[in-house]
Amino acid sequence: MQAMNKQTWKQKAKAYRSSPLSLFLLILVALASLITVCALLFLIGYIMVKGIPNLTPSLFAWTYNTENVSLLPALINTILMTLLSLLIAGPLAIFAAIYLVEYAKRGNKLVEIVRVTAETLTGIPSIVYGLFGLLFFVTTLKWGYSLLAGAFTLAIMILPVIMRTTEEALGSVPDTFREGSFGLGAGRLRTVFVVVLPSAVPGILSGVILAIGRIVGETAALMYTAGTVAEVPSSLLSSTRTLSVHMYALSSEGLYTDQAYATAVVLLIIVLLINWLSGALAKKVKKG
Amino acid sequence: MDKFTISNLDLYYDDFHALKDVNLNLPPNEITAFIGPSGCGKSTLLKSLNRMNDLVEGCRITGKVLLDGEDIYGDMNVNHLRKRVGMVFQKPNPFPMSIYDNIAYGPRTHGIHSRAKLDDIVEKSLRDAAIWEEVKDRLKLSALGMSGGQQQRLCIARALAVEPEVLLMDEPTSALDPISTSKIEDLAIELKKDYTIIMVTHNMQQAARISDKTVFFLLGEVIEYGETEQVFSVPNNKKTEDYITGRFG
Repeated sequence: MQAMNKQTWKQKAKAYRSSPLSLFLLILVALASLITVCALLFLIGYIMVKGIPNLTPSLFAWTYNTENVSLLPALINTILMTLLSLLIAGPLAIFAAIYLVEYAKRGNKLVEIVRVTAETLTGIPSIVYGLFGLLFFVTTLKWGYSLLAGAFTLAIMILPVIMRTTEEALGSVPDTFREGSFGLGAGRLRTVFVVVLPSAVPGILSGVILAIGRIVGETAALMYTAGTVAEVPSSLLSSTRTLSVHMYALSSEGLYTDQAYATAVVLLIIVLLINWLSGALAKKVKKG
Repeated sequence: MDKFTISNLDLYYDDFHALKDVNLNLPPNEITAFIGPSGCGKSTLLKSLNRMNDLVEGCRITGKVLLDGEDIYGDMNVNHLRKRVGMVFQKPNPFPMSIYDNIAYGPRTHGIHSRAKLDDIVEKSLRDAAIWEEVKDRLKLSALGMSGGQQQRLCIARALAVEPEVLLMDEPTSALDPISTSKIEDLAIELKKDYTIIMVTHNMQQAARISDKTVFFLLGEVIEYGETEQVFSVPNNKKTEDYITGRFG
């Protein structure tokens, strides 16, 4: 039997007939969501259709040459670059956020300055970061086009992203947890690391995912700092190219469009995988 | 000797004069109830007794508060003070961890890490808070899955786990149903044998039922302080009588 608290089609139709404006708005919002979903599906579908047939074993060869245009070195570089940048920026950003939320007094001038700076940094186009990286890390510090220079440049780029999200995550941890902990005679350090931080992990993770998204998708800041050599790096000072840069290089050369699509498929799968993984991780942490 | 000796205590939130020249001597092993209308300063005074007001920005305190004759605003380590003077809050605030870890948090904070010792403390605290039988089979489960009344008793157990001398209770039953409330009240009466209990309450009957002494506050001032029986039957002050009989507040 149908539940009586569900409106039947007839009842709904009657309600909408008496107010055409609601009907119009309903159609409008439904259409908007439909277009959004379709655009996304079309994009993913298009890349998949164009790319999957070109995913040949030779694309995963250990070395890159003009015969096989292997994406494996770029894949490895992407992973290395991501890990390295997160390693540099993550702790810095999280500790900075902890200071701003848990230690600094409210209305402190320094806090305001740090916040404004962070917000400004997120708004700067990545090519500017690239230029800075080129002038400072590559030239002044004489690191050359290298994994290290690229990772440091990206680290500066994602620093404010992780910091802001961590700040928000810490801010949304209820004060009652802090009171409870202080009330038992715990100091601030213990309160922050044992009680507050674990509750904020899902929020911090979402910031890290956002950062990974930026790293994986970055090209402009990397071409000037990490270079475009398609090889598995032998040291931190080797020049490297990530998947995005690889894609850019392939399609700009105009000879390997099919392989560029295949690269896009791999990139897409990586991003989806990271999203899924971090979602699962956050759920697990939340459950304790 | 009195547990707490409060003399000439004034407290300001920025420009607001929240407590005015408070002088009180609170005896040990009794339940003292703080009553009065909202905003009269009773919770503020309670939080001054374990220095939780230190966390409030713009809060300024003058005067003296002695715990067993020791000035708590003097050389005393704040964390040590809060270990001696435990607190139970208005809304149950268990940490988002297991029941066991909630109780063990305090002892671990103060340096106890032996598994056997912690097991003992957890069991004893939960027994003292009259909740052991209900949770003994799910110590490893999250404390957030308990009912409100259970959570509040868990918070009491958590406070007891660090072996305090005083238990401050800030309207501990205001968010609870009548059955949970009566359990907490029974518990408070049981606990006063070993602890000094100071309880803020909005509930006149509760103050009359369980407390030994009652302090009536109005607009930041102590209007009346005496044996609960006397305060409720023959108050010295007209304002106390008006408040207790429900003419305002």
